[in-house]
Amino acid sequence: MARAAVLGRLSWLVARLADIRDETATARTLILEVPGWPGHLPGQHIDVRLTAEDGYSTQRSYSIASAPAGSRLELTIQLLDDGEVSPYLAQVLSRGDPLELRGPVGGYFVWHPADPAPVLLIGGGSGVVPLMAMVRTRIASGSQAPMRLIYSTRSRDTLLYAAELERIAAGGSGLSVDVVYTRSAPPGTGGRTGRLDGDRLAALAGPQDAGVACFVCGPTGFVESIADLLTSRGMDPRQVRTERFGPSGGN
Amino acid sequence: MTDMWTDGNSLGGQLREVFCADLTAATGRCAGCGRTGQLAEGRAFDHAAGVVLRCPGCGQPLLRMVRGPGRTWLDLRGLEYIEIASPG
Amino acid sequence: MGIVSPGFSGRRRSKANLPPGQYLVHDFPVLSAGPTPRAGLDGWEFRITTESGRVHAWDWAAFRALPAEDITVDLHCVTKWSKLGTSWRGVSLDTLMDGVETSAGFALARAVGDYTANLPLADLLDGKAWIAFRYDGADLPAEHGGPARLLVPHLYLWKSAKWVRGVELLDHDEPGFWESLGYHNYGDPWREQRYWGD
Repeated sequence: MARAAVLGRLSWLVARLADIRDETATARTLILEVPGWPGHLPGQHIDVRLTAEDGYSTQRSYSIASAPAGSRLELTIQLLDDGEVSPYLAQVLSRGDPLELRGPVGGYFVWHPADPAPVLLIGGGSGVVPLMAMVRTRIASGSQAPMRLIYSTRSRDTLLYAAELERIAAGGSGLSVDVVYTRSAPPGTGGRTGRLDGDRLAALAGPQDAGVACFVCGPTGFVESIADLLTSRGMDPRQVRTERFGPSGGN
Repeated sequence: MTDMWTDGNSLGGQLREVFCADLTAATGRCAGCGRTGQLAEGRAFDHAAGVVLRCPGCGQPLLRMVRGPGRTWLDLRGLEYIEIASPG
Repeated sequence: MGIVSPGFSGRRRSKANLPPGQYLVHDFPVLSAGPTPRAGLDGWEFRITTESGRVHAWDWAAFRALPAEDITVDLHCVTKWSKLGTSWRGVSLDTLMDGVETSAGFALARAVGDYTANLPLADLLDGKAWIAFRYDGADLPAEHGGPARLLVPHLYLWKSAKWVRGVELLDHDEPGFWESLGYHNYGDPWREQRYWGD
């Protein structure tokens, strides 16, 4: 059912980088203070605009990583080798620097914390970011909706939110986390590697509830293959919401 | 080689600059093949002179948009209608 | 203009001798309004259709049998990047139009899918335009318009239709895909004709 979507025009806000949290050798989370932030729902994204001194400017979209928390926003930036914006956000932007952004954007790929339906989240690479916002919001809101996160990543070196996911996985209370390592698995995880295929997905996702809300996010190829696996196992396509980051997962 | 398209979610910000509504969550009917779906499910070709959102079924443009300095042009002929939820 | 982002300079670029508002790039950005066509050469055809409906057509073999030339040109995209000194091999529109009887003043280039671009016929002639099939010493890659694209370097690059399949000669001007939605009907980069009214 469509929700109310009549809103004001978006305008650019100037945020300040308040703090930084390193996630991996090539990814970090930016903790931003955004005066005038109207709040957001997990799954939404923001657009960032960078402007050079000669007036050249470029924009990119980034999923919000954090649960709603007043005027504070977190973005997790993965450094891409041939990126134009990610090197600046992942390496150059410093505490106290301004960052122009607008948002929140997106009414389709969102999870409402008041929704009691069970939730299945499947993320590939940096596709886990908006799903992490959903996980964090579930915890912060006290929602008891059963929620399961399946996160596919290359290795322990590329795993985002490692410590937090370990704590959540140990915590139970209707929230479960499974990490699928596609290239090399850390010791103690059974050493199993390989892409998230139909069998592995079936084993991890468990029985398909008729009412489960499924969110799939990541590079286009990953999302296409997971969405196909889900629907070929009988899931109604309308239960599956997808967000594709493009061929490489962003820049 | 994968084509350079993302889904309609990525157009949310640009469309919000023009409309006071989140069009990505709106439902539309393709004027080409009659498929209905949310605009977020369309294929957004945003690396071009303008933006083209194509029907995931038949590939025809649902909407096209060009942003010029101080004005934006929109072609919505590819949508027979758009349904946007309103409060109340 | 937005606030300046401290320490941001974007990809390497400089002013050089460029049309107004352009910046220099050293890569070759890929822009596309639709999916990249993957059809092979078997069904490929280039047609020139005159205003009276007469059709001149070449399949790939016939097209490649035509005399071709190597050219080095500068490219200017309306999205503000310019790439200088690019090398192509193609068949001149003068060669293709040789023997075509027409009094039409306008042309509409058509590509696979729904992309079109219009320009005065005069802007396709006298050494100003090619159907290019090689770029930088290799077959033109699909992402840049292969197997063959229109190349009209004196106008903004959106006129140089990728995956071109033909040119229609018309008595009247018919705005193409982008010209019908705000982009300038002619598109001269040196007069910065990007949008309607420029």
